[in-house]
Amino acid sequence: MAILVFAENIDGIYKKSSFEAVSYAAAIASSTGDKVIAASLGTVEGRRLEELARYGADKIVNAADKKLDAFNPQAYASVLAQIAKQENATIVVLTNTYSGKSLAPRLAVKLNAGLVSGVITLPETSSGFKVKKTVFSGKAFADVEIKNQVKILALTANSYSPQELNKAAEMAEFSPSFSDADFASQSIEVKRVSGKIPLTEAELVVSGGRGMKGPENWAMLEELANVLGAATACSKPVSDMHWRPHSEHVGQTGITIKPNLYIACGISGAIQHLAGVSSSKVIVAINKDPEAPFFKAADYGIIGDVFDVVPKLVTAAKNLKSSQN
Amino acid sequence: MKILVCISNVPDTTTKITFTDNNTKFNSAGVQFIINPYDELALTKALELVEKHQGTVTVINVGLADTEPNIRKALAIGANDAIRINAQPTDAFFVASQIAEAVKSENYNLIFTGRESIDYNSGQVCGLLAEMLGLPSVNVINTLDIDNGVATMERDIDGGREVVKCNLPLVVSAQKELAEPRIPNMRGIMAARTKPLKVVEPASVANSTEVAVYELPQPKAGCKMIDAEKTEELISLLHNEAKVI
Repeated sequence: MAILVFAENIDGIYKKSSFEAVSYAAAIASSTGDKVIAASLGTVEGRRLEELARYGADKIVNAADKKLDAFNPQAYASVLAQIAKQENATIVVLTNTYSGKSLAPRLAVKLNAGLVSGVITLPETSSGFKVKKTVFSGKAFADVEIKNQVKILALTANSYSPQELNKAAEMAEFSPSFSDADFASQSIEVKRVSGKIPLTEAELVVSGGRGMKGPENWAMLEELANVLGAATACSKPVSDMHWRPHSEHVGQTGITIKPNLYIACGISGAIQHLAGVSSSKVIVAINKDPEAPFFKAADYGIIGDVFDVVPKLVTAAKNLKSSQN
Repeated sequence: MKILVCISNVPDTTTKITFTDNNTKFNSAGVQFIINPYDELALTKALELVEKHQGTVTVINVGLADTEPNIRKALAIGANDAIRINAQPTDAFFVASQIAEAVKSENYNLIFTGRESIDYNSGQVCGLLAEMLGLPSVNVINTLDIDNGVATMERDIDGGREVVKCNLPLVVSAQKELAEPRIPNMRGIMAARTKPLKVVEPASVANSTEVAVYELPQPKAGCKMIDAEKTEELISLLHNEAKVI
């Protein structure tokens, strides 16, 4: 028996969430006694492949076909199904990122597997096979039982810390077979925002709401984010008014995030917004209204004007960073 | 062009979530149900496409009779007809299997789902349905143009956007920027009353997952307030106490 984990790379570099998934698979394997097989698709250098062993892979299946250099959900699902069958995988782990979400359902049908998306804990196997996932966009959790023999778990980013296990992994090349249907959709252009931390994977997030008064005032939030190494986010009204791109909108109808630190500047804390961020490990609320609901959901609060408080935080954060260097 | 839009019935975004029966069931008492917001955007986009290219828009829902007010709302917004598969939706696999079974010989050119439902947040139906029907799929799309049977879309990817081309027929899932929701007008509401709503009995399919128990987040222990004049204390607490920076 084996646990297959899909280690996604972008241009030959594994994503941090891929290492989280490999370590997560290794943690399951340590209780079931299964082998952890990491599947890598597309061209990746040898020294990069070895990183998968560092985070817990016992075997690395390398499908280094040039056709797989660009992510394609159908082709990827088809190749992963071939690898899963070859390795007799009974559990498949992948990340619940946009790419994971596009291929996991297809893989589930191909493997006749039960799929849970948005998993945040290791499985509980004392009676049946259950995993916890967020539901109602973060307003609640559900323990979900998977009934199928083959199980697919799509892990939420920042739910499991990568562990350095330094295994010696067996390396195996894999030559996939393709059908025309696998490449029915074609990628024409990829526009990745460079130099910015993707919000979905960010460990630290600085976020602004209507209290920021206008898009021209975002510079101070970006500065704070830069100093801390954080991503920026916003509330729904802010993206609705086009102050910030929709991709930064966190909340019930935006994206749900799970960073270690979420700093909310001038956001009142409506229930729909809290839903998207309440799984954050530490929440800081900065608001001039002492009655802002966000203070009830926060760990630390400052009652004050963001235009006073944020620049002071930037200075204090800079001092901390320079004392660390 | 023949378009299908899959809609699900979800609690309004302002709902305070609670559970009953020892936290094994969602408490729907007093809850207002709406069309899943992403599904509603998909519906608007479908209507824009038939206004430009001709065609029909059918909405489909897996649900019991209590979802009909929202199906009628979709008809009032402008869909031509509707199908309700008469079953309680139990998981994404069940829903996708029911829809696949009901539409497999209908040859839709384009099938829409929402990016995810705002209740179970799985975002699986698009990919499951496409695989079951043997069709390509593109998820989380923000734009969609159709020219000579070829769809060009911009979809969200981690940390950016991707432009994707694909021949129809195709299954796609709608992301926020795809369209602006439309409010039904009085004429639409009147017309919706007589538009066809076909009820079909479900196929025999088992769900593959089941919720054993629900849980609400633990309330925060309390918010430590920091004086606005001493903001440097916050940075020091985040570093030394919370250890997150």
